[in-house]
Amino acid sequence: MSIDIGFAHRYRAFALEVAFQAQNTGITALFGPSGAGKTTVIDALAGLIRPERGRIAVNGRVLFDSHTGTWIPAHARRAGYVFQDGRLFPHLSVEANLRFGWRRAAVALPEADVSRIVAMLGLESLLARKPAQLSGGERARVAIGRALLASPEFLLLDEPLAALDAARKQEIFPYLERLRDEQRLPIVYVSHSLDEVARLADTIVLLGAGRVLASGPLFDLLTDLRFGELSGGSPYGTVLEARVARHLVEHGLSLLAFAGGELAVATLSRAEGSRVRMHIRAEDIILARERPRAISANNILPATIVALRDSTPQHVDVRLGCGQTHFVARITRASCKRLELCEGQNVFAIVKSVTITPAGNG
Amino acid sequence: MAALPFAALTAAALANRSFPGKALIDGVLHVPLALPPVVVGYLLLLLFGTRGPLGAWLLQHWGVRFVFSWTGAALASALITFPLQVRAIRGAIEAIDPGLAAAAATLGAGRLDRLVNLTLPLALPGLIAGAITAFAASLGEFGAIITFVSNIPGETRTLPLAIYAALQAPGGEAEAARLCVLSILLALLGLTLAEVANRRVRSFAGR
Repeated sequence: MSIDIGFAHRYRAFALEVAFQAQNTGITALFGPSGAGKTTVIDALAGLIRPERGRIAVNGRVLFDSHTGTWIPAHARRAGYVFQDGRLFPHLSVEANLRFGWRRAAVALPEADVSRIVAMLGLESLLARKPAQLSGGERARVAIGRALLASPEFLLLDEPLAALDAARKQEIFPYLERLRDEQRLPIVYVSHSLDEVARLADTIVLLGAGRVLASGPLFDLLTDLRFGELSGGSPYGTVLEARVARHLVEHGLSLLAFAGGELAVATLSRAEGSRVRMHIRAEDIILARERPRAISANNILPATIVALRDSTPQHVDVRLGCGQTHFVARITRASCKRLELCEGQNVFAIVKSVTITPAGNG
Repeated sequence: MAALPFAALTAAALANRSFPGKALIDGVLHVPLALPPVVVGYLLLLLFGTRGPLGAWLLQHWGVRFVFSWTGAALASALITFPLQVRAIRGAIEAIDPGLAAAAATLGAGRLDRLVNLTLPLALPGLIAGAITAFAASLGEFGAIITFVSNIPGETRTLPLAIYAALQAPGGEAEAARLCVLSILLALLGLTLAEVANRRVRSFAGR
């Protein structure tokens, strides 16, 4: 446990009471609708607000404890905070912005690491510019770099992509993925977009109206049949990590191995052994009681029904176990009745389509 | 005349120092703006006159005398223009996004560090505008100066005092007209500089 947080705070009519832990590596997503209290939680972590009561510790260092009266002010916390609006200092160049926290760090990052981070974020050509001369995506990258160069003990990202259009988001994702995979830091990522969370996070803390509604590993939680309801929508689908096992060049396919089986997808331009993250929508899984024979789908996985839930008047959501991996499928109530599906039954899951994104090396 | 640049400098320095507790003394500082300048001058005379409580002490221990000297004129101008400066600077500081200070704090900057490296540089155009406005205003100071330090040529004679003196003297109209033109030019120059500084404030705030 690297970040350990539990506090209560009241702001006008809004009461917040949260408790969760975030791991030392990977990204913990604080996910929930606007007004759920996500930013308040990371403001408390950064020391920008002081909760009424509770305790916040990072790597065993107590930052706040209302029992003992401990309060470490923001400037002594070493929190790398990437604000939603960037908050670059307008009177300083990009380089001076980047160096602002670096100069104030107790132990300044060696120049080699500075160059590595500048290169990782693609900032070399921007150093002499002023923030006003940057695009939205560039500004977000500088804000991330500025936080990293202060050699923080933990990173807080408050919707770093929210202000960007779809194209700019795609431009930033690879940088965030490298951040996740290359920095050994606890990262708390605030977002109201499940697409971002599913692509980046390892752990989800689902917030709603100032409370933690659910929390756990991303892969488990997304296939939890209650999750769709709690997060105010339909099931997001299955997200899982896999390794590129083999390229079947003559078939134009790549085989991806995950804990529980293999999936074939159209040839990926990635080396064998590299890791990817897959997303399979709940609507893209078809269930069959018997193994279909003449069918165009490449992926037919034997699975066991773990749970069934009537999700809408028309639909039933099905949680499937396949080795150590869980999948979630959405089928119509009519199909469910016709197939006489029940818990513990063995079925075949036919996967229609898979979306692939890069994944960590860990 | 020689007193004027010093008046502006003194005032600017005083305004600078007023930062940390500015909200607290803000109310008191605005009093000179509302009082007739003659009252300010008279109060200064009472306080800093050679027999006044502060004036006597200063003369005795430091040999400093404000009455009838250009330093007194500077002091009076500084006091009168003080609220103007505070207003300009305060406006500039309030135009700064408070989120920037929060960002600086998370990057390890303490309170003083944030003031020196963030607030002051961002408020710099406001500081300049305040100083220029005060300089222009102190050029025109009359009542407080004539009450406090009188009208001594080469020592405490400001432009309006010089103009007044010229008009009182027989055949001084040409001299007065010349001084008036100078006064107008200085005013225009001051206000232009203040406007330039103001624009920079806006471009800063709006990025």
